[in-house]
Amino acid sequence: MEKIKTGTWVEIEQIVLKPEERASALPEDTRKVPYVLHVSGFLLEDAALGQEARIKTVIGRELLGKVLVVNPSYTHSFGDTVPELLDIGLEESEC
Amino acid sequence: MLTQDMSYAAVMTRKNEIMKASLGIDFNDYIHSPISFDFERMMHETGYTIEEIAKIQTETKVGNTPLYELRRLTEEVRKFSDPGKGAMIMVKDEAANASGSFKARRASISAYVAALKGYKGMIAASSGNYGAAVASQAAQRGLKCIILQEVFDSRGVGQPEIIEKGRACEAYGAETLKLSVGPELFYMLLRTLEETGFFNASLYTPFGIRGVETLGWEIAHQIQDRYHKAPDAVVITHAGGGNLTGTARGLQAAGCDQTRIVACSVDLGGLHMASDTDFNKKSFTTGHTGFGIPFATWPDRVDVPRNAARSLRYMDEYQLVTQGEVFYVTELLTKLEGLERGPAGNISLTAAVTLARQMDRDQIVVVQETEYTGAGKHHNSQLSFARNNGIEVRRGDPKENIPGKTIVIPECLEQVWGKVQDIDKLRNSYLKNAVNHYPLTDWDGYDFEFLAADIKKDVDWVKRQVTRI
Repeated sequence: MEKIKTGTWVEIEQIVLKPEERASALPEDTRKVPYVLHVSGFLLEDAALGQEARIKTVIGRELLGKVLVVNPSYTHSFGDTVPELLDIGLEESEC
Repeated sequence: MLTQDMSYAAVMTRKNEIMKASLGIDFNDYIHSPISFDFERMMHETGYTIEEIAKIQTETKVGNTPLYELRRLTEEVRKFSDPGKGAMIMVKDEAANASGSFKARRASISAYVAALKGYKGMIAASSGNYGAAVASQAAQRGLKCIILQEVFDSRGVGQPEIIEKGRACEAYGAETLKLSVGPELFYMLLRTLEETGFFNASLYTPFGIRGVETLGWEIAHQIQDRYHKAPDAVVITHAGGGNLTGTARGLQAAGCDQTRIVACSVDLGGLHMASDTDFNKKSFTTGHTGFGIPFATWPDRVDVPRNAARSLRYMDEYQLVTQGEVFYVTELLTKLEGLERGPAGNISLTAAVTLARQMDRDQIVVVQETEYTGAGKHHNSQLSFARNNGIEVRRGDPKENIPGKTIVIPECLEQVWGKVQDIDKLRNSYLKNAVNHYPLTDWDGYDFEFLAADIKKDVDWVKRQVTRI
């Protein structure tokens, strides 16, 4: 598998707590799944996607985890237009 | 090097020592019993006057935000109000603070104190505006910053508003720890505090709440300077209680002891806050009943030994509104008043519509915050996300809103009508929680006095109620 180069901005995943290690008194759906961390940083060693690797975060901490995303980016948006909003404030207010 | 046990149970056992090291406050100095402590002395011993706090905040672009009359919205309310009714609605544009919300006030004193005490960085757990506020204030004080957020469910899907807030934290240079759904966020916070030795910028420390006092103080002075009176009512979006506590204290400090303090939350009744599947069914990540009710009825459920945010101590009224009503009013603020602001900050604006309708025309109701909006936070983004998650979105009677199933956007302003909650019920629920934490037979005079003050009643009232529990 192709290696991602040291210094690349990546997101890693850590399993913080396995289902059986989690807090007690959780709703059933939450208790069944692990407690997971995602964090971004610069790769400190060449690694393939899915491999364990160390990263350095923007404040300089070193963290270890499975490489999940190369060059993680934000794509959140204003969403699909919700037509129900469009005439609010422009219509007659009586109903 | 000695390896610490990092299991959930072990870290939670070290809670008290981690807190003490990360805050520089020994809460034992103030604690009287499991249910009472010297709240006023704790607040006083933060060591700053309101004027000094305002000065510290000016250094990092916090405070002195504009207070606007919402003339067109007020006119719309007057159209269907009874003769002589329809108070002037005003809004404090807190989006003008660095990082875009009132939370900058809450983070500012912590950042100042952390730098003063020589901490290298600060940490906060928040999926809301507070994370960005801490990151922005830390940046300005030259401190490193780590923000922990509850972001995604087990499918890896994140609420768009929280994703945006994570982006903002990273934009201000913070390391952002993005976590899956669960109350273990607190465990992760403790672990990270222990690993780094950073300052704990908890939302609920005296520094956090005292920072919000300037908000109430500014409102009092702005209204006084312009209208030569005190505001008749101030409406405050309520979640953890810090916004309400700080604002009310600031108003009181400025002499506004007759101003009605009205809390407001979005009704998310029926949705479980720690549920992996319910997580993405809500269109509000804060200001909702999932925080508002539990925090009002037991404030000490937080990441510090005693919570400085104590909403029932100051609250005169509590209204619940629906998600659809808030989205409707958010759109009206945009179209009628030319202000595009985030929905969470408009929860109190929604309640203000109900209040203004019942108040006299010459009275003033102040909505004490706005927040920034944009991709992810925008109400269109929230509604679109809801629709894609199988939630029905339509226009109609807001009474038909069902949290997690249906969002009904009102057809007209007249349908906006906040549900007033029975505060005595909340007070009784608080007292029940107190009895559960500490047997009634062990309560002394100090405990009774503390509880009476903490729910804005007298000792006799408390005594009468607890005999019925």
